[in-house]
Amino acid sequence: MQYAAGIDVGSTQAKAVVIDSSRGIVERFLIDTGANVKRAGQRVLDELVAKAGIQRDDIKFVVGTGYGRYKIEAGDTQVTEISCHARGAHLLFPGTRTVIDMGGQDTKAIKVSSDGDVLDFCMNDKCAAGTGRFLAGAADVLGLTLDEIGEISLRGTKPIRLTSVCTVFVESDILSHLAQKKKVEDILAGVHEAIATRTIGLVRRVGLDPEMTFTGGVARNIGMIRALEAKLGQSLNISPDAHFCGALGAALFAMDHVMAECSPDATVGTEPAVWVDE
Amino acid sequence: MRTTVSDEKDYRGKIHKLSRDIMTGWMSQLKAATTNPVPSAYLMISGNCVEIMRCFDILPVFPEINALQLAIRKNSLPYIIKSEEIGYASDNCAYVKADIGFTMCGGVGENGTIPKPSMIVCNFVGCNVYIKWFEHCSQMLNVPMVMLDIPFLREEAPTKEDVAYVICQLKELITKCEELTGKKFDIDKLREILKYSVRAEAGWSRAKELCKNHPAPFDAYFDSINMMGPINALRGTKEAADFFDATIKEYENMIADGMGVLDEERFRVVFEGPPPYPYYRNFRNLFEAWGAVAVQSTYSTVGGTWEFGFRHDPDNPLESIAEQMIVHNLCNRSMIERYKQIKTYVDDWNADALVIHSIKSCRLFSAGQGDMREYFTKELGVPTLMVESDLEDPRYYAEAQMKNRIDAFFESLQYKRLRKGEQVEMGKRGAGMKGST
Repeated sequence: MQYAAGIDVGSTQAKAVVIDSSRGIVERFLIDTGANVKRAGQRVLDELVAKAGIQRDDIKFVVGTGYGRYKIEAGDTQVTEISCHARGAHLLFPGTRTVIDMGGQDTKAIKVSSDGDVLDFCMNDKCAAGTGRFLAGAADVLGLTLDEIGEISLRGTKPIRLTSVCTVFVESDILSHLAQKKKVEDILAGVHEAIATRTIGLVRRVGLDPEMTFTGGVARNIGMIRALEAKLGQSLNISPDAHFCGALGAALFAMDHVMAECSPDATVGTEPAVWVDE
Repeated sequence: MRTTVSDEKDYRGKIHKLSRDIMTGWMSQLKAATTNPVPSAYLMISGNCVEIMRCFDILPVFPEINALQLAIRKNSLPYIIKSEEIGYASDNCAYVKADIGFTMCGGVGENGTIPKPSMIVCNFVGCNVYIKWFEHCSQMLNVPMVMLDIPFLREEAPTKEDVAYVICQLKELITKCEELTGKKFDIDKLREILKYSVRAEAGWSRAKELCKNHPAPFDAYFDSINMMGPINALRGTKEAADFFDATIKEYENMIADGMGVLDEERFRVVFEGPPPYPYYRNFRNLFEAWGAVAVQSTYSTVGGTWEFGFRHDPDNPLESIAEQMIVHNLCNRSMIERYKQIKTYVDDWNADALVIHSIKSCRLFSAGQGDMREYFTKELGVPTLMVESDLEDPRYYAEAQMKNRIDAFFESLQYKRLRKGEQVEMGKRGAGMKGST
């Protein structure tokens, strides 16, 4: 069996996915990126190989993506996470035409073609306003974990209005609301709403679509999903592998290379085979 | 061997050297004038009336070029901070802040490289911040200022009254120049100067035209910078006219030999907005890695839109100078006219895409670029990349994020081509990614 792998080293976590020649996910793995990006890239691949129970040599091509992509020594080539999220989301939900990817320091809105290619994209500005980092800042000041805040935000009935979505100022903003005896769930509802509002601005710039997919680490946050859906007035595609979407896309690009080696006439990005989950 | 993000390539060729030589000659004159004063005047680049200064042998000084020189040499930040210390806001024009800081630190005057001007001529009023810039310089240096009120062009053409209004002001400027130099205005001398201008303008126009060739002989954004000095600052001199003769010859020879500025031209783009001077080469490398060449740019027309046919008229000197100041430069034109200009570039220069480099510290020209992106992407179907940093302030440039956006954009263009059935061998297809890794 021939395998291909994608490694997505993001600002917060490193994700890796290995797929087989039918383009089905064989295994996925995730670790914190930490300070050593190079080591994170190698470690996540090593752990992935071990978990998948395959040999490293069975992986014929590796594509690196994410901010740390140039530091991934195992990467045979690199593709941006914008292309990778589009490709991954298209495989998970072939009908999707707009992808919202929310990671640690980036939020992206990506317009996707029926083939999974990027048609257009918009990203947040240089600052981390309205990204996962903003949520982490809010969680920190409230003494909560990132995994908790989404659920709690759903209980909010009177979302507070933040004065800004600046990641630096969010802490003082929240502290002032706490001082006014505002409920934690209302504060968190306001936090999620603020990010959703900012994100929808990006999405509108590439264009809304009847089928949209939410990817990236923040897609695990139910509060964020609901806040976005409420603003959009429609439900979003959410895969259990949303967090791995960039790595999956990278693995798909890697498989293109493997296939091209087998068949010189093959073109990159041919229609994917039927999705097979493990 | 893999190239890294920070690897830099030497793009200098014959034309770069020629440009450097004549610009160095002018800058040597500026330096010499700091200790041996001659009549000199500050001017703005946009739609300038440098020919009138030459007519009186007044040495032209362009604070925008001073600022640009600081940025490209990576020296701008300390001066920007100096200006912020006296109260300039972080989002004020960084060109202004760099030049003001430079002046405060003694860069202008006896111990600097720029002479203290005899007068300050504000010839562009389309930007209110620019007016304040020259007013501040006038106050700091205790130098008289002449303000020319140039009507902003909201329609395609100016009214007769607009032109007459500017001519009237040019006559007042001429009187000031007579008073400053003690020389009588010689219209025949102005006509001779304008003949040199016309030669340079025709040369510039021809050079731009040559970029319609595949491959383009030079990069009409990054390499145009080397031609903007001669056309904007040295216009009206024999040196500038000769420079463009040599430029045309060089580029026509390249075309005859089938040579382009890049080893392999894979994407043809049009640029809108000034470059990030503090990271000029780094920024260029990010496009070069994808085989992307600029075949046209709006920034190169801030001083004049010569490629659309306008030439100064030695037979009607003041009329044509006034007309150029109002109509035939990018900065004095409306957003709609900018749209038209870009559309013409995309169509006639056969471009694949538009790249907008938006300037953080210039809200005046950056405002509306979001709509511009939408118009070209959605209404015209022209793939458009919008990136943002600054033309002068290095703090706004985030290399990793810039690279990410540029790589993603060209990845999408590349795969679009593959969909259309363009056969690219595997190694070459990977080259974009590999080259950029």
